[in-house]
Amino acid sequence: MTEWIAGILALIGSLLMLIAAIGLLRMPDFYTRMQASAKASTLGILFIVSATGLTLGSLAALLHTFLASLFFILTIPIAAHLLGRAAYLSGLLPLVIEDDLAGRYHPRTHELRGADETTSAVVPSVPND
Amino acid sequence: MTERLIGLAGASPLIAVSMLLLVIGLLLALVRVVHGPRIPDRVIALDLMASLVVGLLLLLGATLRLLALVDIGIVLALIAFLGTVAFASLIERRTRE
Repeated sequence: MTEWIAGILALIGSLLMLIAAIGLLRMPDFYTRMQASAKASTLGILFIVSATGLTLGSLAALLHTFLASLFFILTIPIAAHLLGRAAYLSGLLPLVIEDDLAGRYHPRTHELRGADETTSAVVPSVPND
Repeated sequence: MTERLIGLAGASPLIAVSMLLLVIGLLLALVRVVHGPRIPDRVIALDLMASLVVGLLLLLGATLRLLALVDIGIVLALIAFLGTVAFASLIERRTRE
């Protein structure tokens, strides 16, 4: 019984990761590719990790798989976010009509300004000495 | 060791199908690595390939009842994460200069 539940979990997880790979291959743009692969592969690998933990079944296995799933939740979205930010700053434009981030990144320090700051002040406010 | 390898033949059929699906995903990601138009496409495809290999390792560990393969998967994911961060910092720094 446990084996069948674990097999179904593994099947769901590997189907999600296959969807991630198909999205990576078929999406038209770097940013949409990044979204498809990062989100679907995170969920898929969580299913696979839980299938492994259910199959092994011991307390040590459950602890290891819990730590592994925590690690995957932390790292995969962060890596995708870092790559997307680096690609945007390198001048790779997304395939959309509007670019909401235009002019929000400071050109040298790469700090991001909020929406109300950009609408209120064009020049970054310098304290009067 | 040999009885462990023989034990792979008696794997659960659902897990065997899952490993096959992961290998198909690996091939699709490899296509994107080969002709991704720019460097970020290739890097994100390599990241997905690392995740797929980690999934394969986890399913292999579930089949062979080896807990050590889970640890190997964690280490591989850590190395892939560090590589992705290094590539992102390289892309960002190269445009700043």
